[in-house]
Amino acid sequence: MTYDILITGLIIIAQILAVVVPVLISVAFLVYAERKVLALIQLRRGPNIVGPFGILQSFADALKLITKENIIPSGSNKIVFILAPIITMVLSLAGWAVIPFAPGWVVSDINVGIMYLFAVSSLGVYGIIMAGWASNSQYPFLGALRSAAQMVSYEVSIGFVIITVLLCVGSLNLSKIVLAQQTVWFAIPLLPMFIIFFISALAETNRLPFDLPEDESTLVAGFFTEYSSASFVLFFLGEYASMILMSSMTVILFLGGWLPPFDVYPLNVVPGVIWFTMKVIFILFLFIWVRGTFPRYRYDQLMRLGWKVFLPFSLFWVVATSGFLVYFDMLPN
Amino acid sequence: MVLYSLTFYLFSSVAVLSALMVISAKNPVHSVLFLILSFVNASGLFVLLGAEFLAMILVVVYVGAVAVLFLFVVMMLDINFVKLREGFLQYLPFGALLGIVLVIELGILFLTDRSSNIYNNQTPLQPIVNEVENTKMIGQILYTEYFYLFQICGIILLVAMIGSITLTLRDKGGVKRQNIASQNTVDASTAIEKKKVKIGEGI
Repeated sequence: MTYDILITGLIIIAQILAVVVPVLISVAFLVYAERKVLALIQLRRGPNIVGPFGILQSFADALKLITKENIIPSGSNKIVFILAPIITMVLSLAGWAVIPFAPGWVVSDINVGIMYLFAVSSLGVYGIIMAGWASNSQYPFLGALRSAAQMVSYEVSIGFVIITVLLCVGSLNLSKIVLAQQTVWFAIPLLPMFIIFFISALAETNRLPFDLPEDESTLVAGFFTEYSSASFVLFFLGEYASMILMSSMTVILFLGGWLPPFDVYPLNVVPGVIWFTMKVIFILFLFIWVRGTFPRYRYDQLMRLGWKVFLPFSLFWVVATSGFLVYFDMLPN
Repeated sequence: MVLYSLTFYLFSSVAVLSALMVISAKNPVHSVLFLILSFVNASGLFVLLGAEFLAMILVVVYVGAVAVLFLFVVMMLDINFVKLREGFLQYLPFGALLGIVLVIELGILFLTDRSSNIYNNQTPLQPIVNEVENTKMIGQILYTEYFYLFQICGIILLVAMIGSITLTLRDKGGVKRQNIASQNTVDASTAIEKKKVKIGEGI
């Protein structure tokens, strides 16, 4: 009896490690890829010293940061100050529990998978607010306030985009969402929603052109100005892990998850996990490309885009999609 | 089953303890953070009951949106807490009365519901396993049987929203607003104005 529980527990831990370790390694390579791509966009070389083509640069950076002294400001609220980066990191890894990488390759195939992802990504704001408040300093606090307003605003339109997709699927289960795209990926019939989701994902992960919470030219480094060493590493890892998580969410909702583009011979032999990875890498490349191309938004422009453009448009699209599905009798079961 | 009871007691004890901390923490921001912890644990209890949709909605709506704004307000407002504490004894009887009423109501519920099928089943608090997902079940009931009540809830929320907007919206004069459409339609003929300036004079 107890032996059984032990075995199940070990299997669960092994499954979690099998997801978390690749995610953390891919964060390291994502940072490297970002620096390389930005360097190419700006006609520079980028990291090229550590290892062949500088491929070990992120590991060297991580080691450097971890061995540094961890400074906790004397005026800070110590417990919350230490909790904030941990929460950011944990939340960005928690979402991976429901991501299906290939048919059956999922730690927990729950019925409300997409709701769980939405909930976890909406909790991400707490790490930032807590960091900004606990630092007891002006710039982090301003960064935290900006991010709270920003993330709450863009969550609304993300919610409507998810509803549009769910109308076409008829289930909240992520594997079923992928399987519903066997005939056509949702990026084609719901192209405007795909674009809105992508832009909102940029805002939700605080990436350029919406990185106002950590706007270095006005707020030093935003909410993590006071952080150093290992706690800074946790924020950094958390930000990039949630970036990969949002990309996977985009792939599952709009680009057919593990499915090949066409169900024909040479394409459908390739394992699903490879298709999934390739699509996630494509979306991540878009994230980096946008960062290298667009200037930062002004704060009022950001709010205007969220509330006055995306929200009405996605609401209209929800009504239009449901109307279309009802009129042509295409509602799933 | 052992694991199930363990998780139940973990979630419920953390929920109760953090609820106590909400009212006893000195720092209001800590209070809100404990409130969030309590919400998350309540949603864990919903998952254990098999009500996964309710659990996720609780996290998305209360933790993800309402508590964020709550935290926002508590952080922004500079409240003097020593002053706030002075009224503690004054409000104590009222608070205690509310608490007692709630306890009595829960007690009545617990005693009368003992006869119903929830307690006659083999073990208390088992997850309800169904063929139909509970998201679908909620939808089927909410949009058929309780359709009008659901619509009325929506209208009440709309009225509250419009009310709070009209209370807080003050149209101050002299505020510069960006007009995106007029900015985009600017060309050389409207942007530049030629003037003949006389020597020794301004415009």
